[in-house]
Amino acid sequence: MPSVWKQAIIVGASSGIGEELARQLVAQGCRVALVARRQEELERIVSALNAGGVQNALIYPHDVRHSEEIPTLFQKIAHDLGGVDLFIYAAGVMPAVEPNEYCFEKDRQMIEINLLGAIGWINEVAQRFGQTHSGTIVGISSVAGERGRMTMPAYCTSKAAFTTYLEAIRNRIGRYGVKVVTVKPGPVITPMTAGLGKMPLQITAERAASEILVAAKRGRANAFVPHTWRWIFLILRNVPSFVFKKLKL
Amino acid sequence: MAVQSLENQKEESVSTPLEKPLPLDHLERVEAWGMNTSVCSYVYRPTTVEGIREVFQIAKAHDRTVALRGSGCSYGDASLGAENISLDLTRMNRILDWSPETGVIRVEPGATIRNIWQYVIEDGWWLPVVSGTMFVSMGGALGMNIHGKNNYGMGPFGEHVLAFDLLTPAGELLRCSREENSELFFGAIGGFGMLGCFVSVTLRLKRIYSGQLSVYAFATPDLSTLFREFEARMGSADYLVAWVDCFATGKALGRSLIHQADYLAKGVDPTPTQTLRVKHQELPETILGLIPKSIMWRFMKLFGNNWGMRLINRTKYVQGSTLGNKKTFRQSHAAFAFLLDYVPNWKFIYKPGGLIQYQSFVPEATAEACFRAQLETCQRAGIVPFLGVFKRHRKDSFLMSHAVEGYSFALDLPVTKHNRERVWSLAKELNQLVLEAGGRFYFAKDSTLDSETARSYLGEEALHRFYALKRSCDPHNLLQTELSRRLFGTDWK
Repeated sequence: MPSVWKQAIIVGASSGIGEELARQLVAQGCRVALVARRQEELERIVSALNAGGVQNALIYPHDVRHSEEIPTLFQKIAHDLGGVDLFIYAAGVMPAVEPNEYCFEKDRQMIEINLLGAIGWINEVAQRFGQTHSGTIVGISSVAGERGRMTMPAYCTSKAAFTTYLEAIRNRIGRYGVKVVTVKPGPVITPMTAGLGKMPLQITAERAASEILVAAKRGRANAFVPHTWRWIFLILRNVPSFVFKKLKL
Repeated sequence: MAVQSLENQKEESVSTPLEKPLPLDHLERVEAWGMNTSVCSYVYRPTTVEGIREVFQIAKAHDRTVALRGSGCSYGDASLGAENISLDLTRMNRILDWSPETGVIRVEPGATIRNIWQYVIEDGWWLPVVSGTMFVSMGGALGMNIHGKNNYGMGPFGEHVLAFDLLTPAGELLRCSREENSELFFGAIGGFGMLGCFVSVTLRLKRIYSGQLSVYAFATPDLSTLFREFEARMGSADYLVAWVDCFATGKALGRSLIHQADYLAKGVDPTPTQTLRVKHQELPETILGLIPKSIMWRFMKLFGNNWGMRLINRTKYVQGSTLGNKKTFRQSHAAFAFLLDYVPNWKFIYKPGGLIQYQSFVPEATAEACFRAQLETCQRAGIVPFLGVFKRHRKDSFLMSHAVEGYSFALDLPVTKHNRERVWSLAKELNQLVLEAGGRFYFAKDSTLDSETARSYLGEEALHRFYALKRSCDPHNLLQTELSRRLFGTDWK
């Protein structure tokens, strides 16, 4: 089925959900800019995506912590693609954190990549989409942002803040016809979750990407992936703190 | 999600250095008149020649191209440049000089037909050639070399241009006329904004002795009669235009209503001072004095589908062939000429997909068979034009001319999310018919041509001359549009 979008940017496209989103969008005929830090990974992906001869995938090595590069890079990508109508922020890290570990460097990295990088990019994108009254922004947040879990304090914080930030942006530019979609995946089989063992309701990146694109097409404000998490978190969100504390999640 | 290792977090960015961005507050969505395509561009609206020079400099400094845009009345992508600079000339709209004795006027490129006729009509002058809308700018009128309902007699707009000043991207300000820089004169008029920016235009207007025209309306039952009537009348009529019911089939294929209009000779109008007033020309704001025309498109939208349009076309023909048949009446110049402005925003009935206007120009010997085949092809494809307009033309001497000694047929085709690809492939089929008939196309209307078709109808000789002009006026290839890239690429060879 042809894509409803003509040009898309995916930040964090070198692996996992971002890579799979790129693959599916290119397969639908969309021109896609893949942005990520690791050039060699990007090159590997793009050579597979463009193997058919049509150069629909372009790569842009970039570290989201270098926020000063974003305005020029974003404009360059828009120019190269001939426009942008879909922006996906899929960059994120979740380094392993021991139960009693308090490592500020790891925490800072999560906040910088999962949150500040997203704000840096989406501020730029939102300004453009708000001004031109069109476009779809998709932020890959997480179910982890729904509650503060003892196993991953900074990760939960980064995702909760990202979810709130996306809501605020939606309230700011949604009135101009811009869709802002907050995606909250549960565990997805990606390099990020490798080594964490089997987790409940775990799905493949392929399925996650496909559900994300459906949610984006419909312009849903919040999309749990898979949908079952919506009902689980309807309960979990309303569990009182003193009970949640005892669950040791 | 991308995994980033902690060890590498301090390493320098691998991104390559980039140029400084263009100011985001200049970014706007710019749409084709037919609403079938839109792009985002950095829009600049200078008010002086120096301002235009500055925009050229900005474009060069940021490695961007420039798309010239007047009022944005081209149906397709002729004034669009995605993610590049849009040089919008609407603020350069002054009347620079006017001589009521000779009828010679000099204007800036953003001045519209409306600005001009409203300025000159009380002195007894009118533009010799006008389009179906009065909102076309002079820059657009020259760039596209527009035509009117009198093309067979008066030629295109360019034939009434005495001179113009052209600022080329190379930085030269050139005076062009039939005597001075004449090759550029005949290349830039109709040159779809590829050779430079018109910064002033000098025109010779037409003397009129009344603010009214004598209009004769009548019906023709089929396509052959339509051709016969045009042939018989073009020798004497000042204006000729026909509306065609594109839904009619079989023997009624091509049935139409013709409007012939003639200027009133001196002394015929007993009150010329009154009819030459702007107020007399202005189009009414209500229908039957009751319904505001500004909301009419909302009612019309209910009929914006095949069945609705079939009904409207049939009703219009029945009315025109019975009650309105063979009627003579007086109509103001503005009311007769600017049919597209009669119902404000009527094009919104085509929302959200928009429309394309497929207009082809075919020599008289092959026109009837070609247009018959076009109608049948559209009907077979199930994409019937909601509106068809038929006009007579003559050849002209402009380099990239769209005109022929023959006829044009303009078909309004609705574009929807579901039929878009079919419309484009239908246009491809129609192109083939036109090429086989020795016909031509018009950049102001085009949305669907491909490079091969454009090259085929324009011919190698004209293209080589045009390319040579392009290379000399715009050596860095600054002026580009979506249309120019689609039809001619970027190397101009």
